[in-house]
Amino acid sequence: MDLFDKLEILTDAAKYDVACTSSGVDRPAVQGKLGSAVKAGICHSFAADGRCISLLKVLMSNDCAYDCTYCVNRRTTDSRRASFTPQELCELTIEFYRRNYIEGLFLSSAVVKNPDYTCELMLSAVKMLREERGFWGYVHVKAIPGADPRLTEELGRYADRMSVNIELPSQQSLKRLAPQKSKEKILAPMTQIRDGIRQNSKEIVKYKAAPRFVPAGQSTQMIIGATPESDRQILALTEGLYKIYSLKRVFFSAYMPVVEDRALPALHTPPPLLREHRLYQADWLLRFYGFTAGEILDEKNPDFNPMLDPKCNWAVNHLEYFPLEVNTAPYELLLRVPGIGVKSAQRIRAARRQQRLTFEGLKKLGVVLKRARFFLLCGGKSISPLPMDNPIVIAGAISERSPVQRNFDAPEQLSLFAPGKEDQVKCLTGQI
Amino acid sequence: MSDGANIVYRYDGSYQGFLCCVARCCNERRLPQAIQLLDEPQGTLFDVQVIDTQPHLAQQVERSVKERISPQVRDMLRRGYLTCMEEKELRLIRFLLLGYRHGAKVTELSVNEDVHAIDKALLYLKNEAHYCVEFLRFTDCGNFLAATLTPNNRVLPVIAGHFTQRFNTENFLIYDKTHGMVFLHETGAQSRGLFFLTDSLELPEAGAEERRYQDLWRRFYDTIAVEGRINPQLRRGNMPMRYWPNMTEFQPA
Repeated sequence: MDLFDKLEILTDAAKYDVACTSSGVDRPAVQGKLGSAVKAGICHSFAADGRCISLLKVLMSNDCAYDCTYCVNRRTTDSRRASFTPQELCELTIEFYRRNYIEGLFLSSAVVKNPDYTCELMLSAVKMLREERGFWGYVHVKAIPGADPRLTEELGRYADRMSVNIELPSQQSLKRLAPQKSKEKILAPMTQIRDGIRQNSKEIVKYKAAPRFVPAGQSTQMIIGATPESDRQILALTEGLYKIYSLKRVFFSAYMPVVEDRALPALHTPPPLLREHRLYQADWLLRFYGFTAGEILDEKNPDFNPMLDPKCNWAVNHLEYFPLEVNTAPYELLLRVPGIGVKSAQRIRAARRQQRLTFEGLKKLGVVLKRARFFLLCGGKSISPLPMDNPIVIAGAISERSPVQRNFDAPEQLSLFAPGKEDQVKCLTGQI
Repeated sequence: MSDGANIVYRYDGSYQGFLCCVARCCNERRLPQAIQLLDEPQGTLFDVQVIDTQPHLAQQVERSVKERISPQVRDMLRRGYLTCMEEKELRLIRFLLLGYRHGAKVTELSVNEDVHAIDKALLYLKNEAHYCVEFLRFTDCGNFLAATLTPNNRVLPVIAGHFTQRFNTENFLIYDKTHGMVFLHETGAQSRGLFFLTDSLELPEAGAEERRYQDLWRRFYDTIAVEGRINPQLRRGNMPMRYWPNMTEFQPA
């Protein structure tokens, strides 16, 4: 089998993995070594599905010993099997990297023979990449649940980020669909990596040259829509993972039916992309906006509103907080206004120290008023076109397809490619 | 300072030349109607004054901006000059005058028209530079790597540092086709990077080895997308089509 076929098979098998981020660590370049890493991460391309391509995302091997019902690589499916040698993997990573195609390597694997053997295979590749080839770019490695902790520890010395997939949002689902995996087996490496990172951060304080352990932190992902958990359960689990395991990210993957099985949704079920989108929106609210899972969804409404994003949903149910006076409102509450993000809130906070803000001024700051206008006051004045006493009216007005939104003369948003004066002239002269 | 005297300044288009225009405005205590490049076609009824570029004077202006306003404004001035903002010279000069009046806090007057325009232009420069860092593609030409860009802003000075550090083990050049500017990095005993201007640059044809890696990359790119989620609009939003022609994955095999 030539390298082209291997690359195709092992990419095809890895593409359902969600995370492709190269973020979390600033590693300045070193003279004589190829590469560097920047904290925010760099995307190098976007695939036809619109998802970012940052890392060379491949499996070490898709020759799996397990038989998880939802997985393309399960033992009992009839598919082409392939494995990279460490040399091939290093060659691809280095040659892609120096052409600026990628930010580094994302290495995952099916379980070949047993977890220990798989871990050793991956370790040999990552070790060769770092030690023999002097690669200084980003490396993300999947920990294999059930492997010897010493192997996981060693992988963590070469990787920037590690992740353990918790796969499904509850133990019952796991038992039903992935009988060889269990909650304990999955959480063991996650705990180990967390403790390793904490330990390492103490060592670094004492000795500057202490070897780094998973400096970009760990992440995880779960499949949404293959099992019956409610959004509220998933969000509570997510919050727990951030709190207990100090994860950097939790990823959600809308279940894409790839294999036929009685325990799974039928083959032509469309993936629940809107639900996945809502979960990511809520995830952002947890991480950057100071919301708690209990505020976003409660027992009465255990699932997301399909018409309203979670932040708007919270706002219309808590109209007692609004309207807010832009010039005096605390930063934490500004963050809770629909349509105002972290950037806008920071800009408002900085600008209002210099002068009193008006709605015109807000527009110039790049604050989008499409939704925010219902919830704000500038110097005691409101520009809300509707009375604010009925939550249902407001909910209708700020929902994504509302006519009120469509007819609103959109304020100038900072856009890279807005047509300029020159373009208007070119339009007239027929150049465009 | 009176605005809109019946004068047009012309200068050589260099950053130093521009700083000399700043000095002239401050000395004469008035702003010209327009500031043009020497090689622009002359089509004005106003008096034309040619501003000579004096490196020493330029240095003085920069130092004055740094000391009397703030180092941050000096950096904004440098980067602002790289942008493709309309009438960038006049806007930057008005911004500096505002700075001399208000001091370091001029950057926070974001509701002022000139400050707003400059903030916007700088954001565009920053975003475009980031796009270029992301989507730039090198081709291995045997003993060096080469990449071509067609940006609207002069991003090369902004991105050169990133590539110099990351690819410190490689000889490479980056060619900005829009502005005819090249950045060249050489490894060796004394590794160095230099900028130069050129009208055209011929790069050698890709060899068999290079074509193989390009094909591998295209194969990877085509495979990684999930069929059930194809979303051209999202892809265009994240990766504007303006950058596609220079990218390996969109070039025919």
